[in-house]
Amino acid sequence: MKPYLSVLRIRSLVLLQYRMAAFAGMCTQILFGWVRVMILEGFYTSSTALQPMSYAQAVTYIWLGQAMLRMLPWDGDLEIQAMIRKGDLAYELCRPLGLYEHWFARAIALRTAPTLIRALPVFAFAFFLLPGPYRMQPPPGWLEMGAWVLTSVGALLLSAAITNIINISMLWTISGEGVLRLLPALVLIFSGMIVPLPLLPEWSQAVLRFLPFSGLVDTPSRFYLGHLPVSQLPGYLGTQLAWTGLLVALGRWLLHRGMKRVVVQGG
Amino acid sequence: MAPLPQVIVENLAKTYRIAKRRTGFLGALGGIARREYHLVRALTGVSFELEPGELVGYIGPNGAGKSTTIKILSGILVPDSGRCQILGKVPWRERAAYVGQIGVVFGQRSQLWWDLPVVDSFDLLRDIYRVPPARYGQSKDTLVQALGLAPLLDVPVRQLSLGQRMRCELAASLLHAPRLLFLDEPTIGLDAVSKLAVRDFIRELNRQRELTVILTTHDMDDIEALCHRVMVIGRGSILFDGTLDRLRASVSPERRLIIEVPPELPLPELALPAARVVKREGEQVHISFDPRVVRPAQLIGELSASLPLRDLYVVNPPIEEIIAKLYGVFDL
Repeated sequence: MKPYLSVLRIRSLVLLQYRMAAFAGMCTQILFGWVRVMILEGFYTSSTALQPMSYAQAVTYIWLGQAMLRMLPWDGDLEIQAMIRKGDLAYELCRPLGLYEHWFARAIALRTAPTLIRALPVFAFAFFLLPGPYRMQPPPGWLEMGAWVLTSVGALLLSAAITNIINISMLWTISGEGVLRLLPALVLIFSGMIVPLPLLPEWSQAVLRFLPFSGLVDTPSRFYLGHLPVSQLPGYLGTQLAWTGLLVALGRWLLHRGMKRVVVQGG
Repeated sequence: MAPLPQVIVENLAKTYRIAKRRTGFLGALGGIARREYHLVRALTGVSFELEPGELVGYIGPNGAGKSTTIKILSGILVPDSGRCQILGKVPWRERAAYVGQIGVVFGQRSQLWWDLPVVDSFDLLRDIYRVPPARYGQSKDTLVQALGLAPLLDVPVRQLSLGQRMRCELAASLLHAPRLLFLDEPTIGLDAVSKLAVRDFIRELNRQRELTVILTTHDMDDIEALCHRVMVIGRGSILFDGTLDRLRASVSPERRLIIEVPPELPLPELALPAARVVKREGEQVHISFDPRVVRPAQLIGELSASLPLRDLYVVNPPIEEIIAKLYGVFDL
């Protein structure tokens, strides 16, 4: 375990160095969050029908998503991409580590370090600095808070498993352009990042519930809000972990096939 | 230590299947629909054995199969056929257990974390190879001292010069005290001082730790300075395996006599058929001769009788020329 924790640590150290990127990203996240909240306000004030989620809940849902944006698996590890393109993969292969686990540790770092430095300022802004109707609310109780933390860990594992599949896909496409154009659209829409999933049509709910993407944003956010009762925690956590297991197995299989093709060219 | 040789390689063969890229726009379009492949036979049957503590130079022209061999031996590539047993293990079959006992330096790549101080990369390698803290401290101190790394440890890798970085790469490959070290072009691009430092270090390492080293390089001075034994690969198989002296003798027995004369002086015709002038540079005149036909004393006697010699010495022809000749013999 220690080697992998050490990989996680050193990759986080590198990621924490990009302070300007963090600052710029944070500003964008706040701006986009604010715009989305105002659009929601427009919808809620123009409709009299009873919505599946209150306006205040939807606002908090949006801010949670914005604060945790970097946890979404919509890009791969640029260092791994460069390694594959330039052939430094050779060094990765002569380490006494499992390559899948090695890259999984890197994926966890990629999904946590940038999130940590951006989430706190976004939360601070959304809790304290915004005018009343746009403001984020705390969870209704400690139980909901706990459920949020647990499902966030589930979301992290799920996200790392998807990230690792993106990393592994670079063995085929090298530039990764194809996957990287398709995936963000899927992830953004089906995770609840664009529109809170409960606001999508009734008939789609069952499908969304069992797609892997809802586990990334929707599940943790709704436990935080108390929109999902804590009693349903085992079921939702189970879905997250089952998808993680499935995607890890898929990733391992892909890596196994990919490694057969790998030829590190040149001196 | 096992009585068997440390490295046994038998009949390794590897063929790459490479997609043909047709040229031009239409060719590229055609390539989408139908790919043609051609086969590149990188290794056709490589065999050799190494005893513990050997330092062997592995040389050959570009594309001869050097790197392919190193990659197979370090567990990165799987050969199509052939047998390979190193430290009692088959590299590609027991990869994780095997690579913990070897060290690898790829001169054209880096294993250090670009944005972080050198010592962070070292600490990571300690954890990756599960080196006990006490042994790590000892091994790090020794390497830092031998390679003069003390002032570099806290510098981010991106700020190091190539020579400094290569010294750090060497240290990084040895922190876990491997029993076998692969050096793939470790002096490429280095300046003279760094090259000498790297060579001295490798020589000491091989002598003091009894570490087995396989060195590939295009720099024949590396070979001359370090390797007792040389293996020459060409077109996927081993063409020569033996000492540097034997390599010299087998390719060409020639010696060089270098004399110094006033630069404008016309040279007399040499009466000896087995000797000829190959080069004239300022005061120096290089004369090539075959010591089996012409005794050096005879040649010097004749020259000193007709020329005002200022100085003279006999040398071996540069190893570069020997190798070029060898490649020529095998039509590589």
